[in-house]
Amino acid sequence: MTDSSQTMPVPPRILPRTAAFGLCALAVLAVAAMAGPRSGALLMIGLGFGLVLEGLRFGFTGPWRRMILQRDASGLVAQMVCLALVAAAAFPMLAAHPGELVGAHAPVGYAMVGGAFVFGACMQIVLGCGSGTLVNAGSGNLVSAIALPFFCLGSFFGAYHLVWWTELGALPVAALTGTGGLALTLVLLASVAGLAMALADPGKRAIPARYWLAAVLLAGLAILHLAVAGQPWGVVYGLGLWVAKGAAALGADLSGSAFWWAPANAERLRESVLTDVTSLTDLGLIAGAALAAFWRDGLTGRIADHPARAWVAVVIAGFLLGYSSRLAFGCNIGAFFSGISTGSLHGWAWFAAAFTGSWYGIQLRPLLGLEARR
Amino acid sequence: MTRRPVVLILLTAAAGFLAFDLARSAPLDPYLAPPLFALGSGQAAGGAHCAALPAR
Repeated sequence: MTDSSQTMPVPPRILPRTAAFGLCALAVLAVAAMAGPRSGALLMIGLGFGLVLEGLRFGFTGPWRRMILQRDASGLVAQMVCLALVAAAAFPMLAAHPGELVGAHAPVGYAMVGGAFVFGACMQIVLGCGSGTLVNAGSGNLVSAIALPFFCLGSFFGAYHLVWWTELGALPVAALTGTGGLALTLVLLASVAGLAMALADPGKRAIPARYWLAAVLLAGLAILHLAVAGQPWGVVYGLGLWVAKGAAALGADLSGSAFWWAPANAERLRESVLTDVTSLTDLGLIAGAALAAFWRDGLTGRIADHPARAWVAVVIAGFLLGYSSRLAFGCNIGAFFSGISTGSLHGWAWFAAAFTGSWYGIQLRPLLGLEARR
Repeated sequence: MTRRPVVLILLTAAAGFLAFDLARSAPLDPYLAPPLFALGSGQAAGGAHCAALPAR
């Protein structure tokens, strides 16, 4: 009998890696058995988002930062490619199935634009947007792990006050639809990509293979999400809901909030988060990122030290990320990614305001002790 | 410190929250759950999304 340990060396950590994947598969099956197949599928899609974003090191904050600081257009152009792929599928899906499927459509208003600006600044301070904070926390980044609970708190309070802020002034909801709307969206996405390429350093225009792969995989998952959930991918709704559930359990009266007392949201408060679309994909994002990071290096990376003022900044920025993203009708996912890819004008307004805010956030980061001064 | 304890604390907190939620929320019933795909289901979308503004 041959000794297999001599002829077939066992790769290191194969057992823990297999066990981690097995646990995730078991969680998906358990959720499907408890809450139905759609819930299981949404958790699986969320895991996919986390695996792609962390595994291929693709995101939103980093590419914007590299575009602003280094004139590196690769990540921003890959984002435009991803949005174009989603839009090419989402526009006809929405047109063919009105009612069953809804887009991420919201009004452009003062609070919406201001919220997007603040979000853009804060996401550069903590180096994590809506999806990025969940992914980074899931992969063991202490800054994001500290910011996350305050992000949730901010999302709850922002939603609580959302109607009041929106009544300060907002346009009617405007969305591009049909073939003409899709064509205009694709032209606008191509224009942004072209402008980024034109402004980029000549040596920083090539898109790495992993970005192409991430853009295609993310687009596929986002389209699947729309087909399964009936609504586009979102992040911050679920975070606020978690705090609202905790507040209600502690005896808080949420009937004073036009948002949390609205029928759709009151139902979410009564039902388990295992039936809530955004909660399921958020939990999947965290777990998927943890799985990818565990697979890569076993979570052995060291955590960076920061001065006290940096941690205070992280807490405040985390809260503002949550609060501002509710006023802006979404973060980089709910507003930028899903808004633009389903035709909402507010997605474009969000992009312009948040990109401007990002420039200020990048300037603030060294002053707050989160990186060395340039 | 490595990233491992951060992830362990986060996942434990998520598991604790899920246990709390399951204990306090309406009981789950997979037989009354919506179909796998909203697309083609004939059911209206739920409306609990970041972009949704409740009517006053």
